[in-house]
Order: sequence, then C-alpha cells, then structure tokens
Amino acid sequence: MRELFADRHIGTDSAAQREMLASLGYASVDALVDAAIPSGIRQPADAVTSLPTAASETEALAELRVLAARNRVTRPMIGLGYYGTTTPAVIQRNVLENPSWYTAYTPYQPEISQGRLEALINFQTMVTDLTGLATANASMLDEGTAVVEAMLLARRASRSTSNIFLVDSDALPRTIALLRHRAEAVGIELHETDFSDADSVDAFGAFIQYPGASGRLWNPSAVVEAVHGQGGIAVVAADLLSLALVTSPGELGADVAVGTSQRFGVPLGFGGPHAGYMAVRAGLERQMPGRLVGVSQDAAGYPAYRLSLQTREQHIRREKATSNICTAQVLLAVMASMYAVYHGPRGIKAIAHHANRMANLLVDALGEHGIQPVHGLFFDTVQLRVPGRAAGIVAAASAAGVLLREVDADTVQFSTDETTTSADALVVLRAVLGDDAPTELGFKPVSRSIDPEHMRQTEYLTHPVFTTHHSETGMMRYLKYLADKDYALDRGMIPLGSCTMKLNAATEMAAVTWPEFANLHPFAPEADTAGYRALIGQLSGWLAEVTGYDAVSLQPNAGSQGELAGLLAIRAYHRDHGGEHRTVCLIPSSAHGTNAASAVLAGMRVVVVACDELGNVDLDDLRAKVTEHADDLAALMVTYPSTHGVYEHEILAVTDAVHDAGGQVYVDGANLNALLGYARFGDFGGDVSHLNLHKTFCIPHGGGGPGVGPVAAKAHLAPYLPEGDANPVSSAPYGSPSILPISWAYVRMMGAEGLRRATGAAVLAANYVAVKLRDHFPVLYAGDHGLVAHECILDLRPLREATGVTVDDVAKRLIDYGFHAPTMSFPVAGTLMVEPTESEDLAELDRFVEAMIAIKAEADAVGAGRWPRDDNPLVNAPHTAESVVAGEWQHPYSREEAVYPVHSLVHGGKYWPPVRRIDQAYGDRNLVCACPPVEAFA
Amino acid sequence: MALPENLAYTAEHEWVAVDGDVARIGITDYAADKLGDVVFVELPAIGSTAAAGRVVGEIESTKSVGELYAPVDGEVVEVNEELVADPSLVNSDPYGAGWMIAVRFTELPTLLTADEYAALTAE
Repeated sequence: MRELFADRHIGTDSAAQREMLASLGYASVDALVDAAIPSGIRQPADAVTSLPTAASETEALAELRVLAARNRVTRPMIGLGYYGTTTPAVIQRNVLENPSWYTAYTPYQPEISQGRLEALINFQTMVTDLTGLATANASMLDEGTAVVEAMLLARRASRSTSNIFLVDSDALPRTIALLRHRAEAVGIELHETDFSDADSVDAFGAFIQYPGASGRLWNPSAVVEAVHGQGGIAVVAADLLSLALVTSPGELGADVAVGTSQRFGVPLGFGGPHAGYMAVRAGLERQMPGRLVGVSQDAAGYPAYRLSLQTREQHIRREKATSNICTAQVLLAVMASMYAVYHGPRGIKAIAHHANRMANLLVDALGEHGIQPVHGLFFDTVQLRVPGRAAGIVAAASAAGVLLREVDADTVQFSTDETTTSADALVVLRAVLGDDAPTELGFKPVSRSIDPEHMRQTEYLTHPVFTTHHSETGMMRYLKYLADKDYALDRGMIPLGSCTMKLNAATEMAAVTWPEFANLHPFAPEADTAGYRALIGQLSGWLAEVTGYDAVSLQPNAGSQGELAGLLAIRAYHRDHGGEHRTVCLIPSSAHGTNAASAVLAGMRVVVVACDELGNVDLDDLRAKVTEHADDLAALMVTYPSTHGVYEHEILAVTDAVHDAGGQVYVDGANLNALLGYARFGDFGGDVSHLNLHKTFCIPHGGGGPGVGPVAAKAHLAPYLPEGDANPVSSAPYGSPSILPISWAYVRMMGAEGLRRATGAAVLAANYVAVKLRDHFPVLYAGDHGLVAHECILDLRPLREATGVTVDDVAKRLIDYGFHAPTMSFPVAGTLMVEPTESEDLAELDRFVEAMIAIKAEADAVGAGRWPRDDNPLVNAPHTAESVVAGEWQHPYSREEAVYPVHSLVHGGKYWPPVRRIDQAYGDRNLVCACPPVEAFA
Repeated sequence: MALPENLAYTAEHEWVAVDGDVARIGITDYAADKLGDVVFVELPAIGSTAAAGRVVGEIESTKSVGELYAPVDGEVVEVNEELVADPSLVNSDPYGAGWMIAVRFTELPTLLTADEYAALTAE
C-alpha cells in the first residue's frame, strides 16, 4: 500500500477540514486561501515545478541511504576546532533521538521547562568550572561567532578608546576570516599579531587562541596583563577538553573565554550543529550576549530555573542591541553537559589524558626517526616540518582512512582525540615515515608535552551532579526525570505564534545519526563528501525554487545569522555599485527586534517606519521616509506575512517604493509557513530573504536550537552570499549539515503539492481558532475578508481592564489545562499570538479553544467578584501537585478546580508542572547562574 | 501616581531636585511603573562628566532596559550606591531612596513643572 506522507504530516483530514471550513463559511481550503492572500502576489496554481513528486517515507529513506553511501567515513585528525568524540549511546538515544528533548521550545515558559533548564545550568556550571570564570551562558552558535561576539563585548566593556582589536595570528583560519568579515561592517580595525610586541599597540581588546591553531601550548598571561594595562579586554578561545589538564583562562587573568563544546560527545556532522560557549569574569555578566539560565524561586519559595536578564535580548533592545543572537544550540549544549555528567571530572580528565598521550606517543615515535615537532609543548595537536612532502603524506594517510591537515607544502599537522587508536597512530607514522615506520606503538613512558608549571592545579566539575549519574541506569533515569518535567510537542500543542511548532517527523529525523552524516569532518576532502554535497545542492535548489530566488546559502546557523548575511550582502552590493553612502535600513515598527539588531551589526542605520491601526506598513509614512532618505537608502526589511500574522494587501506598493529609490528589499522569511506554494518572496519584490528551516522546514527546535537560517537571494546579490571561504557567517562552511537531511526529507516527502496543502491547512487552522475565540477575546488585525494568515493575535487587554487578569495569568493557567501558552506580548504587549500549524488535528484545536473559553469564564468570575483578585485559580496558576495536597486548603476555589479544571484531564494524561509561578525579578536581582547546592532543594 | 510639586521634571520622565548648584536626579513614579520591577541599575562614576540629553546610566527591569539621561551639563558628584545594591528602591520610593545621581551644574536648563509633566503623561 502506498500512502502519502502529507496525510500523516497534516493533522486535519478532509472531513475535519470540511467541518472547519463550514464554521468559516468557505467551500474549500483553496477558496479560503484565495480570499486571504492578495491576488496580485499569487503564483499560478499550475506553475511548473522542478520539485520531484512526493516520495513515500520508505522511498525517501532509501534515497538518503544512497546519498549517505556517497560519503566516506574516515578517521579525521584534521583538528581546527573539530575532533572525534564518542557520543555515549545513552545520550544519543535519550536526548538526541528523544522527542521529549528535541521537540521542546526555547524555555520562555520556565515553569514547564525545568528539565532542560537544569540541563543548561549543568552546561553553564561545566563551562565556568573548566574555564575558571564566573558566569557562562547557554549557549553560542559556534566558536567563530562566539569570538566575534566576544570582540563586540570587549568594545563596549573596555575602558580604552582605541578602535583596534588584536587578533592572534595562530588562531583558527576560519575564525580570523569571520572576524574580518564582521569587524569591517561595524568599523573595528583588526591587527594580527603573534603578541611578541603586545605593548606597542593600543587596543580595546585582544583575542588569543589557546592552545594555538598550530597546537602550540603557551602561557599567555603576560599578554593578558599587557592588554589589561591598556584598559583592554582579554578574550581567550580555549579548547574545553584541554582545560582538564592545563591552567584555565580565568587563572591566566582572561576576561572572556569562548569556544566550542563539540568534542564533549557531539558528532562532527560535517561541521555542525554544535554548542559554542562563552564565559566571563565577574562584572561582565550583563554584557554577555545570548541566553543565560539563572536560579530564582517559585511562589512557594522553592528554587526554580529560568532565563535571566531577558530584557537584554535583542528583541527588546532592538536597534540599541549589541548582539543579534536569539536561537542558541540548546539540544547540543544539553548533550555536552550530559557528557560531563556521565563521565564526571575523573572521566573527562582521563579522556583529555588519552588525547594528550596519543599525541605524545606519535611525537616520540617520530622523534626516533629524527622528525621533531614544530612546537615542543602541545595538548593534542602537533605540527611537523616535512619539506616538500606534505601533500604526499596527507594523501597516503587518507588512502589508509586517516585525514591529516596539510598546512602548507612543507608542513602537516595532526590532532588526536578521545577516539584515536593505536591503529590510527600507526597509519600516521606510516604516512610520514614510510617503510621505516614501526608496526606497533611502544609502551615506554612518554615525554611530557605540558610544562609542569602550566598543569592545571584547580578542581572542576565538583558539583554532585557530575559524580552521581555514572551508571547507564542512573543516566537513563536522570534524563527521563528531567524530560518528565518539561512540556514538549510529545505532550500536546505548542501554539507559539511566529515559532511554527509543527511536527518533526520520525522519518525526517532518522538520518541525523547515521555515521555517514554524523561522523564527517567539515574540512574533509571533497571526494569524501559527495553525498553531502549532492544533498546540499538539491535542498538549496528546492529552497530557491519555492521562494523565487536564484541562489541559496545554507551556512547561517540561525535566522538571525541569515538576516545578517543578507544585509551584509546588500551592503557589499551597494559598495560595489557606487553606493557606499547607502546605509539607511527602513524597518516597520511591527518588525521583530532582531531585524533592527542585525541591521546595526551590518553597519546600517535603522529608520523606523510607522504602522497603521490595522497593523500594516503605513504607506504614506514609508513613502515619506523613502523620499527623505532617497540618497542613502540601503534596504527595507519587511516580514511577509507580517509579524501581525496578516497578508498585507499593499506589499507590492511597498517593495516598488523601495526599489524606485534604489534600495534593496529584505523579506524576513519567519512566516513562510503561511505562503509556501501560494506565493514567492522573489516574485513580489524580495531581493534577499532568510528562511528558518527550524520553522517551516521541520528541523526541531531542540528546546532552543539548533536553528538553520539559510539566506536566499536574487542573482545580483548571489556573489555576496556566504559561500566556502567567502563572506563567512559561521565557523563551518555549510553551517549545520547534519540536520539538513531533516528538511531534505520533508520537501522530498511532501512534494510541491504537499507543501501547498500544508500551507492551506495551517491558514485554515489559524482562522478556525480565530473564529471560535472571536466572541471571547477580540482578534487583533486581519487582512482581506477579515482573514488572518497562519496565526492570530488574541487581545487580552480588555480582559485585564475588566477583571485585572493579565496575559501572564492566562498563560500560566493554560499549564493547568495541559497546554503550552501561545506567544506572550509579541508583537503587541498584553496579547497572545496563536499559531496552531498544520500538524495539529481538530480534536487538539478544539481542546485548546475549550480551554481558552473556560479560562475566559474564570476571569469573568474574578471580574464579577466571585473570586478575589489576589486569590483565584488564575493568579495562583500554575498549580503543582504539592500545592493542592500540602496543608489545609484555604483558597475560595476547590482543589479540583485548581488542577482538573476540565474533567477529561482526570484520565487524560494530566501534565503536572514541577514548580509554581516563578519570580522573575528575584532571579534578575540575585543573579546565580550555576548549579545551586543540593541543600537548596530540601 | 505621586508627583511632588516641589520637584522639576523632564520629558524623559526624570525628576530633578535643585539645591544650590547641585541637581539630584531620579526617575518618576510614572516611569518606574512603566518599567515594572527594576532589577539592575548602572550609574556613572563619581567625577565623570554629564552632558544634557546624553545617556549616563541604565535602568533594567524584568520588562525592558531604560536609559538614564542627564538633564543638565556638569560633573557627577554623587551616585546612590544603596540603589545599586537594592534596585527595587526605584519602585518602592522613586522620589526618595530611589534617587540616582547628583550633578554639579553650571547652568540650569528649562525644566517642566509638575503640572506640565502631568499634562505630558496624560496624553
């Protein structure tokens, strides 16, 4: 039997859709979408497509197997920030392959996210311990962008007035390229140096790679001191594993440490995704970009985790933001933290010793044949001078299945790691020494490659969590215990507006952990990665076609990075066409704050365009601003459908006005799920866009990352997109390739028709929820024929006015009803934005509608005085099990009303929140971002 | 919303208490209410220069990050260290213990009266 995957992906079948359409008064989904999307931008229904006909799940997997077989799995010893590692099977199965972890959203509702928040605070504790610094975040997108963020942090925190940032000439080449690309846009001058004369240049900060890219292990404390002497900030990119053996950046005096946690059990994946990290000394916490988990307390006074310092995120700071980072790498940070939990301090040290010992064994064996390392002190990476023979040695090793780094014609380099075996070492020796190579490795004591004075003396991973879960049974249960605290898509709908929490199908996820996709090094030779390149080529082509663009780069690791890449492309284009002065970026007031933050980081000046009372771009104001800035207009950033969830009727007039003045149009693709198959950005005036594969194209949110934010552009901007070494925005050339099979499988199994059907079902679901709730909550904003796009905004401000019940109260009360709240107070304060997506079935939509109506009735009861404003089921929500059984019940509503407000919950898989409402202010005033002592939970 | 008559005000929702050539500065009850629970305050160093209309500090709440503007030109002569230690004073006592900085000024610009400020926030 052959079945369509689309019928599994889309939650509503034709009978359900008929019922929903009837309540809206439309005869078919097409009729509904026809009425909603302005006809002027519609693509013809019979447009020719190059997308292949939908494959079944079995067929798609078979094709992926063929692609996988074209990748050659080797033993990569290339290093450069990417190392072999063994993912503990218990972590692979219970985290990476477990929907309880990978389908969760960013923990904005902390009461239902305590499990992953604990995992992330473990991550932060691990990073602060190893780096010897005070506070770490969770997490950065990769090492290269973490260094860029550290440079920006240094500039704002430094007391120096210099515009110069010193860059270690022995840094990873890719990091240097990223710094160059990013520094230029914000007017920072870079000076590459080997730090032999650090005193001579006045700089606001310095970046040191530790150990160096060449493997050189040295003590940079004198450089750090010199930087401080000028009022500058010292940034150290440290190999996390090496810190188990060598003195930590904090002990060397560094202000900031950055890097990657990839080698803590996260597969190479041809470059990503992996979690980068950043840690800072005391006093710099509030300068740190990204997401920071902290400890606060709940209404009962118990410790509870939450995201701290939220207001410093770009979505609030907008053009004043100093970073555009939103999505982190939560799933990968969880894996890395669990690797440390599972191995503990002794295990981590043993792994570091193994890598170091294998490198020492190799150096000793080579030394016996007169080949000395370029740098005698090293952790795991060694450079060898082999005049004229580098290419031959690399080829010989590759033929035997081991990849080395060819530094130049006369120099090769290898890196050892957790997985390096004697057999691997013998291949290296054979490649270098030829027939002189030994046939077995000696067991004699090896020479020490770490200066005894430089050995780490301080402890790390001392919290009990790192020594408690070392048996597999213990680890499995710890992961289950944490997952049970959280609400993910495996429990119910997560109707977060602008987030598109749709199904992440099991078949789409299958290939991620196949060795042919998981174990490839990002700098493996082309011949070894043909399958990956074919997959990337196909996916890029499909994405270009469905958006109406000519070129796609999959490199950006998040939507924010795609935005930045797109704006940098616009900037470079103007510069090449005599428009250096074009720096104004128009952004509607309704835009997501990241737009403004990205524009600033692309060296642009933000000018805000007003919106009218319907939430649309105010055309008169736009034209006035275009005229005012006609000479220096760089771009307009516009989201379509808008952040208000509406198909703006005048979008063509908007894009025309900008083009007429010589500006470029950036269409933010965050809401593409409302458009796919019906209209294309490139057809209604878009010059460049980013897409969010973790929204529209099914990559799971992972509890707050990974993300993939490809940037797509018309031909004239194509030369300025990230491609190979040009215009980099990520550490790895293809960003996060190991999760691209997810989006590939989605498109392959849906086909053009399935994608179009999904759009229709998503628009239908949003309009159904809107019409069902309209009598209870005003629906803000609508487009043609009173229809919304794929999400709707429920206005709770009148409710607050009448009853005192807030958006927060309703969001937390939804937890008692077994739901994740919709998006709160974005894009309009005091509202909830609901995006059901196409994947929810009618029963779940109705359950949500029922809950919202019941909550409205509860609020009305408060308004009518039946319950006091300070003691009612809303203001006390969410209710833990303990809160209804402990002591005397003294509330004016019953325990049943508290925890079983709908009878079906009694036998329907009630979700019990682990904590009561969390005090936000307490946590921000008392910043604690590491594991609290066990006694705190007594 | 409290609005002491004896203080002067600015359009940036700050109050100014003038004593000789020193202006003591804080934010209004209205501003504190709009910000919500204040969790962190960053104030300039004593001895630093303040320029009218320029940012001299930062006020962070659970909802947003606001900026403290200098209403006058001059030199910062005092900062409220107690406020730095307990930022909630902004919410509990904006016109008293929640004061932020004191600036020795050379010339006092035109400021708003309580009535004028009340009219501004009523809009």
